[in-house]
Amino acid sequence: MSAPAATPPTFAYYPGCSQTGTAAEYDRSSRACCAALGVRLVDVPDWTCCGSTPAHTVDHVLAGALAARNLLQAELIGHDRVTTPCPSCLAALRTASHHLAEPEAEDSETGLRAPSFRTEVERLLDRPAPLRADAVSVLQVLVEDVGVEAIAAAVKAPLAGLRVAPYYGCIMNRPPGLMAFDDPENPTALDRLLAACGATVVDYPFKTECCGAAFGMPRLDIMQRLSARLLGMAADCGADAIVVACPLCQMNLDLRRSQVNACAGKNHAMPVPYFTQLLGLALGLPEDALGLDKLVVPLAPALEAAKARAAEPKNANGGGPKENAPCA
Amino acid sequence: MQTPPRPVDLADDRDPAFQAEVARRSGQALASCYQCGNCTAGCVFTPDYDIPVHQVMRLVQVGLRKRALACRAIWLCATCQACTTRCPNNIDVAKVMDVLRHMARLAGHAPEPNVKTFTDSFLSSVAKHGRVFEAGLAAVFALKSGKPLQDASLGLPMLTRGKLSLTPHEPEGNGKAEVAAIFSRFRFAGQGASRCADQGVSRNSHDDVQRGGKPSGKTEDKR
Repeated sequence: MSAPAATPPTFAYYPGCSQTGTAAEYDRSSRACCAALGVRLVDVPDWTCCGSTPAHTVDHVLAGALAARNLLQAELIGHDRVTTPCPSCLAALRTASHHLAEPEAEDSETGLRAPSFRTEVERLLDRPAPLRADAVSVLQVLVEDVGVEAIAAAVKAPLAGLRVAPYYGCIMNRPPGLMAFDDPENPTALDRLLAACGATVVDYPFKTECCGAAFGMPRLDIMQRLSARLLGMAADCGADAIVVACPLCQMNLDLRRSQVNACAGKNHAMPVPYFTQLLGLALGLPEDALGLDKLVVPLAPALEAAKARAAEPKNANGGGPKENAPCA
Repeated sequence: MQTPPRPVDLADDRDPAFQAEVARRSGQALASCYQCGNCTAGCVFTPDYDIPVHQVMRLVQVGLRKRALACRAIWLCATCQACTTRCPNNIDVAKVMDVLRHMARLAGHAPEPNVKTFTDSFLSSVAKHGRVFEAGLAAVFALKSGKPLQDASLGLPMLTRGKLSLTPHEPEGNGKAEVAAIFSRFRFAGQGASRCADQGVSRNSHDDVQRGGKPSGKTEDKR
């Protein structure tokens, strides 16, 4: 990193519900990486659920109010910039903030003014809605506010030899008008961050394909089919690990691995770490600060294989990813 | 398509106000869809849908209210935003699917009952605790879905890794009460009357989170 800034970049931090349970390691490793890279996080006080997907599938004003309450909590302690590791929370918070800025619309049929989204959200909140607060992902903070070069300079234990498939999930970058981050079809932020950590990033064509999201409970068959595609493609690309940025993707690909393997008739043993866990390792942070023991499919064998590979003498094709096999 | 096509009697089935209603609720220019099929081509859920997404858009355009609101596809859309990202006419297709799901709920359709059960259980958990209580949600869903053992094998790996908290992590301050109040205003106060004046508001909702509680039947289809 260049000369330390006078005031470190500071964000209100919204953990999100998953990060208190099934994705505790994403919360822990996000905090650890931010601290190590000089990003100050101040927890949104008394935060509550953003509404996530279930709220917006029922009603947009309900979803807006649940998310807006958290933006307001950040504003009340003087923060307009909220960051969250979870893409679903991010989408909920950004959607709310986006629509709260909309003016009243006129009904084309009746010519009457319909109440604005803000007015309707305020009716549910029973207090003024937030005015300025907006949210960005922890990934965006690390890549844009810290910067890939500064991250590379802070790496103490490069992930040499580790071949990773960067999996962004569907909503980190989409829709582009709302998320305003990276390329919606071929995002590269995670690629660049992992390359800065010394990993070999394979060309993974399913970067933004859906894993089946929350259908693991209500329609297990759909989640199995979609997550099996992701694992199969990562294996075909020669990856040692699929690196994720979303707690739901991680749950489908890791915790539900036995269900996915059973459906696909495969025995995929590829670990699915959060990008913050690999970044933390590269920064030399201790394993317990990164929650590596919480992964269901262990990461250690892939790290061992990478070490052995990195120690091998280089030949013409050494170290590079296998040629991509065609997608089934 | 899994359901065999039946002849469409436009004179009988068509609701000319339907497209305008979906347009008003979604804010999308539905007439600009020219059926290129890009949304369907990129949709990973197409194999699971009874009606592919571009055909859902067409049903809305021609005003086939009942067919659009009764289909399973609108419940299986995960809002992955591929369609919205790729629409050459800048239609927020995922938002249209969302709005159709809202209208289908209000009309009493639930052709994917477990999807609705999951959504309702999730939001009940939020209304009760202020945050999602994952173990509680899993237990409630297992009981209500009729598939109590589907995820039983996940319990042990979660417990041994400290991922399954058996007590909810509730907000430390007023947040829990504030969220409960948001839900009760949503359920009972008839908020957003201009948007939803046609839906009626009752006070009999229990776990069913939709505005106006459980509808009495599919009466909204024939208007």
